[in-house]
Amino acid sequence: MNMQGITTKRSLLQRLATRDDNLNRLILISLAIFVLMTILNPGRFATMRNFRSMSYSFPELGLLALGLTLCMITGGIDLSVVGTANLTAILAAKVMAEALPVDAAVGTVWAYMALAIVLSLAVGVVAGLVNGYLIATFKIHPVLVTLGTWQVFSGIAIVITQGRAVPGFPQQFLFLGNGTLLGFPMPLYVFIAFAIVVAILLTKTQFGVSVYLIGTNITAARFAGVKVPSVLMRTYMSSAVLASAAGLIMIARTNQARADYGESYILQAVLVNLLAGVNWAGGFGRVIGVAIAVVTLQFLSSGFNMLRFNNFARDFTWGVFLIAVMVFNYLMNERKARREAGLVASKTA
Amino acid sequence: MKQLVKTHEFYVGLILLAFSLVVGIINPSFFSIGNLFGLLKSNVVTGIFALGVLLVLISGGIDISFPAVAVVSMYMTGQLFESIGYAGPVILAFLIAIVIGMLLGTINAAIISTFRLPTLIVTLGTLSAYQGFVLTFVDTRIINRLTEPMVNYSRMEILRTTMDSGQTTGLHVSIFVYLVLALLTAAILRYTTIGRGVYALGGDRQATERAGFSIRKIEFFIYIYVGFLAGIAGILHSAHVRNANPFDLVGSELNVIAATVLGGATIGGGRGTVVGTLLGVMLITVMNNSLILLGIPSYWQRLTTGLILLVAVAVPQINHMRRARR
Repeated sequence: MNMQGITTKRSLLQRLATRDDNLNRLILISLAIFVLMTILNPGRFATMRNFRSMSYSFPELGLLALGLTLCMITGGIDLSVVGTANLTAILAAKVMAEALPVDAAVGTVWAYMALAIVLSLAVGVVAGLVNGYLIATFKIHPVLVTLGTWQVFSGIAIVITQGRAVPGFPQQFLFLGNGTLLGFPMPLYVFIAFAIVVAILLTKTQFGVSVYLIGTNITAARFAGVKVPSVLMRTYMSSAVLASAAGLIMIARTNQARADYGESYILQAVLVNLLAGVNWAGGFGRVIGVAIAVVTLQFLSSGFNMLRFNNFARDFTWGVFLIAVMVFNYLMNERKARREAGLVASKTA
Repeated sequence: MKQLVKTHEFYVGLILLAFSLVVGIINPSFFSIGNLFGLLKSNVVTGIFALGVLLVLISGGIDISFPAVAVVSMYMTGQLFESIGYAGPVILAFLIAIVIGMLLGTINAAIISTFRLPTLIVTLGTLSAYQGFVLTFVDTRIINRLTEPMVNYSRMEILRTTMDSGQTTGLHVSIFVYLVLALLTAAILRYTTIGRGVYALGGDRQATERAGFSIRKIEFFIYIYVGFLAGIAGILHSAHVRNANPFDLVGSELNVIAATVLGGATIGGGRGTVVGTLLGVMLITVMNNSLILLGIPSYWQRLTTGLILLVAVAVPQINHMRRARR
């Protein structure tokens, strides 16, 4: 950033790097993990087959993480995303697995499928509205609100299913989770589409500007004329809609909906965002970072699987990794702050 | 402010009483000695956890790693006792678990205090790391046969009476452990400098520092104390269910936080009392255990807990806003 005067001296690496320190670091970590896993799993990790299998599994976490990104940029958090995903997915599953007649015509199947998807996204909107309303209007801490609604949404899902799985969806729907288009898995398209939408929302719209402003300084945002409650409500609604989309992919992939699916995703979604450099205190975060972070985590996860590590080892590593990333970011920011302070001091001297 | 807190506890007590009466009228067996003793006992582990959560919440943080701390201390103690065939006094189990718990608490404190990281995220990480550590490097087997000192402890009851049905029932000594810890926590919060420091830290961090408190010292105290409580709770839980299960307890953290918040502690920090926490825990325990007595299937539990939590956080806030408008 402060290199304009000495462009001629920049090395190749510096010219390749983006101007975002956080992103550069993330890309390096990602590459390092990729290389490490390729070396540890010769002939198995860096294969087309593994790439394809990875692109089936990371989009659901990616969508959940993107929702969290929006909330975290405003300085909040949404712990209810997994609950929302499961609740909306179960409603969609009920429509397709139980309301849909067994030997329905193709047209009927499509109609029911459309109904299921619309229903799930609509309920997502309502779930997000509940979160946003409680946070924006009553000014209750987002952690508390979404902790509560997580229990409520999962609770409703458990009551609806009585704890049982809802299996068996039409082929056309399963294509969304298991099919390929032009050689690429469907979930990947869904993730990319939503990621682009969120990126545009954040960078090209008034809403996006407001989201960043609220996270940077909520008082300043108010004085600047930002309608804080309305923006927060829309933020949590977007988060819940992304969660619903994740829920649809989950059930399309596994061909069943369960009230307790993917509870550990919440830890991972937070981890993805922190790894992506999204500031937990608000004001900073980019979609491209989240996309790279979620892919990085998938590298780790697939690599570990191939090394025959069990899930517990993965939990252990992720916990340690989460803290390591936080500590590392802290140290880097500290160094940057000190360097900037030094610069100011040398100028004034 | 003080009056508001007072009324909150009063209301929680009132709701507890009203709810108990309703359940008792619908199903008189609620008021049987056996059920009441049972409720008190199932209160204990959640309650001890909640005392730790209370301290953290007052200081303005959130800790969700305590169930993992409890599991690690309980399971490693269980493993150790099994492998050496321990037969001495049960107090050693508590001591070992406490040491392990305090050690893990120290790790939490060191990370939080040194790097000034958000407590929720640090403890989210250590929760997963601690349990993952035990399951990866120690064992994943459930110990179903506890050593004799533990089994003997699990049978220690006083006021043993025989009910009409012929079953005997008694008041388990764990309840007294809980009471002692509650008194200890209340005394620390009220009468010690460090206890006042915990409140101060949750109220205003900078002012606390200027007033001469060492924030580092307060933070270490809080998370080590949470580890101490979690170690004890782990052993008590193991004795109550008569096994040592490394998959246990984790997942109960939100329930405990809900109970503590219900008792009047706020996430922003600076507020909360031991009495409120005891009442909040009792209310959650009674509600969860009474659904069955009311003929409501147990899969409603999660929904009711969530609704109670939401109501508990929304009502004081609405009151507060109404008062502010006036």
